[in-house]
Amino acid sequence: MKSFAALFTAIDGTTRTNPKVAALADYFATAPEPDRLWTVALFSGRRPKRAATTTELRRWAGEIAELPDWLVEDSYAVVGDLAETLALILPEATTEPDTGTLTDWLTRLSTLPGRPEEERRAAVETAWSSLGKTERFLFNKLITGGFRIGISRKLMTRALARATERDEADIALRLMGDWTPATMTWDRLIHANDPEAEGARPYPFCLAYGLDSEPETLGAPDDWHAEWKWDGIRGQLIIRHRQHHLWSRGEELMTDRFPEFARAPDFLPDGTVIDGEVLAWDVDAPMPFAALQKRIGRKTVPKKLLTEAPAMLYAYDLLEDGGEDIRALPFADRRARLEALIVNLPDDAPLRLSPRIPFADWGTLAQHRLTARDKRAEGLMLKRMSSPYATGRKRGDWWKWKLDPLSIDAVMIYAQAGHGRRANLFTDFTFAVWDGEALVPFTKAYSGLTDEEFGQITAWVRKNTQQRFGPVRQVTPVHVFEIAFEGIQASPRHKSGIALRFPRMARWRHDKPPSEAGTLGELQALLAQYG
Amino acid sequence: MSPVLIFTERGIYCPAGDFYIDPWRPVDRALITHAHADHARPGHNRYLATDIAAPVLRHRLGDITLNTVRYGETRTIGDATVSFHPAGHVPGSAQIRVEVEGEVWCASGDYKTAPDGLSTPFEPVRCHAFITESTFGLPVFRWRPDADLASEINAWWQAAQEAGQTPVLGAYSFGKAQRLLTLLDSNIGPILTHGAVETTTQVMRVQGLPLPATTHVTPEMKIKDHPGALVLAPPSALGSTWMGRFGTTTTAFASGWMQLRGIRRRRAADKGFVISDHADWDGLNSAIRDTGAERVFVTHGYTDSFSRWLTDQGYDAAPVPTEFGGEEEEEDA
Repeated sequence: MKSFAALFTAIDGTTRTNPKVAALADYFATAPEPDRLWTVALFSGRRPKRAATTTELRRWAGEIAELPDWLVEDSYAVVGDLAETLALILPEATTEPDTGTLTDWLTRLSTLPGRPEEERRAAVETAWSSLGKTERFLFNKLITGGFRIGISRKLMTRALARATERDEADIALRLMGDWTPATMTWDRLIHANDPEAEGARPYPFCLAYGLDSEPETLGAPDDWHAEWKWDGIRGQLIIRHRQHHLWSRGEELMTDRFPEFARAPDFLPDGTVIDGEVLAWDVDAPMPFAALQKRIGRKTVPKKLLTEAPAMLYAYDLLEDGGEDIRALPFADRRARLEALIVNLPDDAPLRLSPRIPFADWGTLAQHRLTARDKRAEGLMLKRMSSPYATGRKRGDWWKWKLDPLSIDAVMIYAQAGHGRRANLFTDFTFAVWDGEALVPFTKAYSGLTDEEFGQITAWVRKNTQQRFGPVRQVTPVHVFEIAFEGIQASPRHKSGIALRFPRMARWRHDKPPSEAGTLGELQALLAQYG
Repeated sequence: MSPVLIFTERGIYCPAGDFYIDPWRPVDRALITHAHADHARPGHNRYLATDIAAPVLRHRLGDITLNTVRYGETRTIGDATVSFHPAGHVPGSAQIRVEVEGEVWCASGDYKTAPDGLSTPFEPVRCHAFITESTFGLPVFRWRPDADLASEINAWWQAAQEAGQTPVLGAYSFGKAQRLLTLLDSNIGPILTHGAVETTTQVMRVQGLPLPATTHVTPEMKIKDHPGALVLAPPSALGSTWMGRFGTTTTAFASGWMQLRGIRRRRAADKGFVISDHADWDGLNSAIRDTGAERVFVTHGYTDSFSRWLTDQGYDAAPVPTEFGGEEEEEDA
């Protein structure tokens, strides 16, 4: 644990990229193999099974520190990180410092799930009393999951490539999939050729930046391919060894959740990998995202849902053809191969080609874009004809050109402190619109303001709190914000009867008194038009 | 009988003596606990503070009508007897004891219970009612001994030297900066100071406080002429163009707020040293216990949480609003 803590301290002690990569690369070159493997797993979002719930941890720590529950909660609201809060309130370590490695600790933790509370508590307390401050914080992070400490997957991949003297793209590919340190060894992950693991392994997704200038700046329309930006789940469909695998962009295996694709190996040849969008499908058009949402998070799908919201893959791109990785080919060639592959599919195949939008000039395309909502799309995607399928987000070849969001002016009525680097700042707000004389809450929003604005609003909230409900503060309803959002749906679960997609604060309307904020009627009109 | 002290919109007021303590709007007679800007405001007719606080107070507020007292010396103002007692926050800082007809109240301003080698160490004042700050009034705030911090900061300086970087340490220019000067090991290299730090340090040096030699950073200064130097600057200078002259830098903040990782990361410094001139959780609790007070008024900070905690412990405690709303990350923390 000491060397892992030293790695954390080195990474946490700088805001610059290069020293972080250097510290990681050094760790990957020197730490014991099991520790390296666990570090890769943790930094790529793979977490050990929980040995304790956060409620238990709070209670145990509070009892040891002799603090009431409410004070642990108040402290957490300020610190913004539970693992850190508990590490800080616990008394200093009392026993001999522990010399276990990261893997030792994780192995110990792995035996705990399912054991009686006294046993789990005893193990956690032993750890707390023998670990230093940083180690204790990291230990708590290991138990509570969500191990994000300022290392992106991209940075880790770079460091790993440097330490192992392998190609970065190769390493990125090897890290994909649903392996865990229990099912994997360092050698197999980094060096070996393992046909079984490779069979299911997805390619890193190519991602686009938002278009931040006029499309004319992109040059000749002929150099570009335009298509709709669909509002579903980005997915990768893999057919290898007569088996299919469906991955989400978040590298979650969704194969079982979408049984529609079980037939894919019947009509797609082995060695085919397609990038596309999983959508709920209604005869000949996508359904709103809300329909697909019902299927997210379900491990198995009831029959009723399969008929109500059948899934379809709208194909964007072809990454592997006849077992050959064709990501380096120009987009135009990959697309031609994709079209050739899909043209022969039976009509009832759950796979369609995401249609190309032909356009002769940017003005025409801009007109198309305005009709995106009618098509149930979020806007347009622009892909350079000559572009390779890049690993991750890269500027210049792929752009998303989304619709301007919908918006409404709303009054802030509740505020809550944020987490992580927003600790001790009020950043999470609830907004309301007028329904006659009453303010009806209709959405929360957390983003869109500058740090300086969050600082101002924080100072204001502290002085204008009317009532507290745990960490939530009811504030005087005076500040008006323009709330931007991508979509609007009816929702019986919300008091206002509506739910927004991707709400955020577009700007702080200092110029508007609360009386001039929007009404529930306006929201209902938007719902009628776009819902 | 009216209370010894009452909380008004101008600040803490003593009806029996017709004076205010650390008022934030202009008044006739102001008793000042210490020279930080949120306690010592301009515009009052008459000021009373400790003799040790006087030089910095004059430096900051200019030509004011200022009377001084020594720690422990008693003054009678109207029907009240007042005396100033060491608060350990910064040099010259005081808790103000006010006695009216045998009832003793103490307004402690900002305080720190652990000695820092520069300020006169904190002394508990026995009283019936105690007004306490609560800047760090949550159990997540616990400070380590100065010796540990000194070795941590000096190790950071040396590591920067070895890496060919100029370490720039951000700290509030009155109090924190001078305390850091006493912790820095001059054998490692020269200490350079931003103007805001240097002028205050010079005022304190002249009044006889034991502070090491420093070099003021002037426009003509060349960093090459000061190899291995550490730069001490107010937090606002970090990240400004003023930093350009130091070549490759590594930055750190020294503040109690650096205890929280989220705030440390938000400040975008390479490092945070947890060093505060305010009492930590244990310090607040022991200070309050040592006063023997039954009533406690909680200001400046986590007033709601800390007064609820004190109520749980059997005190008659209540939060008191201040103009500053509390809880904020004050620069002098």
